[in-house]
Amino acid sequence: MTLDLNGLLAFWARRWDDILELLGEHLTVVVVALAIAMVIGVGVGMLVWDKPLPRSAVIAAAGVALTIPSLALLALLIPAVGLGWTPTVIALVMYSLLPIVRNTIVGLREVSPAIMESALGMGMTPLTVLLRVQLPMAWPIILTGVRVAAQLTIGVAAIAAYVAGPGLGQFIFQGLSSLGSKNALNFALTGTLGVVLLALVVDAAFVGVTRSTTSRGLRA
Amino acid sequence: MPKQLNTALLQIAGKTSGALIELNNVTKQYPNQPVAAVQNFSMTVQPGELIMFVGPSGCGKTTTMKMINRIIEPTSGSISIDGRDVLSLDPSELRRHIGYVIQQIGLFPHMTIAENIGVVPKLLNWSKDKTADRVHELLTTVGLEPGDFAHRYPKQLSGGQQQRVGVARALAADPPVMLMDEPFGATDPITREKLQAEFLRLQASIGKTIIFVTHDFDEAVRLGDRIAVLSNRSQIEQFDTPANILANPANDYVSSFIGLGTAIKRLVLIPVTAARLGPASAASKGGTTVRTTDSLRDALDSLVLTGLPALAVVDELNKAVGSISVDQISAVLGAEVPILTPTAEA
Repeated sequence: MTLDLNGLLAFWARRWDDILELLGEHLTVVVVALAIAMVIGVGVGMLVWDKPLPRSAVIAAAGVALTIPSLALLALLIPAVGLGWTPTVIALVMYSLLPIVRNTIVGLREVSPAIMESALGMGMTPLTVLLRVQLPMAWPIILTGVRVAAQLTIGVAAIAAYVAGPGLGQFIFQGLSSLGSKNALNFALTGTLGVVLLALVVDAAFVGVTRSTTSRGLRA
Repeated sequence: MPKQLNTALLQIAGKTSGALIELNNVTKQYPNQPVAAVQNFSMTVQPGELIMFVGPSGCGKTTTMKMINRIIEPTSGSISIDGRDVLSLDPSELRRHIGYVIQQIGLFPHMTIAENIGVVPKLLNWSKDKTADRVHELLTTVGLEPGDFAHRYPKQLSGGQQQRVGVARALAADPPVMLMDEPFGATDPITREKLQAEFLRLQASIGKTIIFVTHDFDEAVRLGDRIAVLSNRSQIEQFDTPANILANPANDYVSSFIGLGTAIKRLVLIPVTAARLGPASAASKGGTTVRTTDSLRDALDSLVLTGLPALAVVDELNKAVGSISVDQISAVLGAEVPILTPTAEA
């Protein structure tokens, strides 16, 4: 099987609408999963950052979730939630949690004792300190966690086609299951290139988001 | 919060120019520690007084101070501000009416200078205009041009400028009480002297009740109305005016803490005008003069530096009113200064 560049270009021209739709689906499922994981991850991080035991437990639990092979996790979810978007989003959220929770905890803990003390000494309640001092200061670190999670989930989402999930994985699986046919390589290659391209674009977007949402006083 | 406590807070808050602070048998005992960090500390601070806590590291001076705004909770004893029991008030509400400055300053790096100073006003729900006016006023007070500094971030300021902002931030809501934990400790000697002088001028106009912690006895002499010399477990070895402590140290501990050069240190406290000045004509020719507002230490400093036998003393209008020499400075200190007789020439 050799790569026929003209064939690939013709394949793209013919399938352009499908490719765009799958790219859109892929991006959407990743964004939805990241949004949910951020709410859960930052929320849990804010609850446990100053409590040693729950903090260790949460990081350990999120770490264990990451060690489950994605194919196995998706398969395990089928009996519980069926096929399609639901198991995909759940799996992606589970994979995103570790970097987000961990970076939230690290970021909140990294605020220096002097700043914590002056915040309390000025009459902020612990909740105000958390929301108005710690969270804004931890924000760039939290966003870095989300960025790592984004890279991870864009890759994992490609496997979601196994449970009839959305995204570019459908092309990859279609290619793999029809090896030998005329378009097998075109399908697999298009899916893979799409995933890589999406990862690069999303990563670049994070640079912009981090810059525009971080206080100028915190930028190096 | 019950209404009664609210009234108590308002009464403390209303006294913008100094409140009476009373500490009664205050003890802090940390669990699993054989001795108390602070033991039976009692002190009454008059409204508008600037009290210095001086002592070596670990003597409990900072712990004692931090119990007043309940950053550290006392194990036993009572603390009151203007007769109101501090320990029965909501700690966060209480702290909004006690200015707090620490050595590391603790400015919020993600907020502009204006936002940093506006933190307490915001907590007290001041209007935006009122807060902005106050920020402008305070930046001017501490010698930072508001138009230039209000919208900068802390990292864009020098250490001395940051510490000025720290003081301005603590003064934002015009609290009657200020707690200052070695506020000038991390600055270089030149900046520190400048900040101290500015701070004295500021305190002369605002008259807050201030507890100021330092391990630098010279700073205590320079700034304090009264100095509490503290030893282990925050025991008060002597509590008196700087002049009295320098003239009559209560015991060996205090003497050793004052260190050498008592006479020189006392000179800081005495204005040039306290000396019996010589005639203006006795002044050596030369550009160097001493102002009537200077201390005797400044005068001595100039004498030593120039090597001249006497310097002209001038008033605010630069008019010579007399002259001063080393002999006249010694005369002010009286018999306590041993007269240095030149040793026989070998």
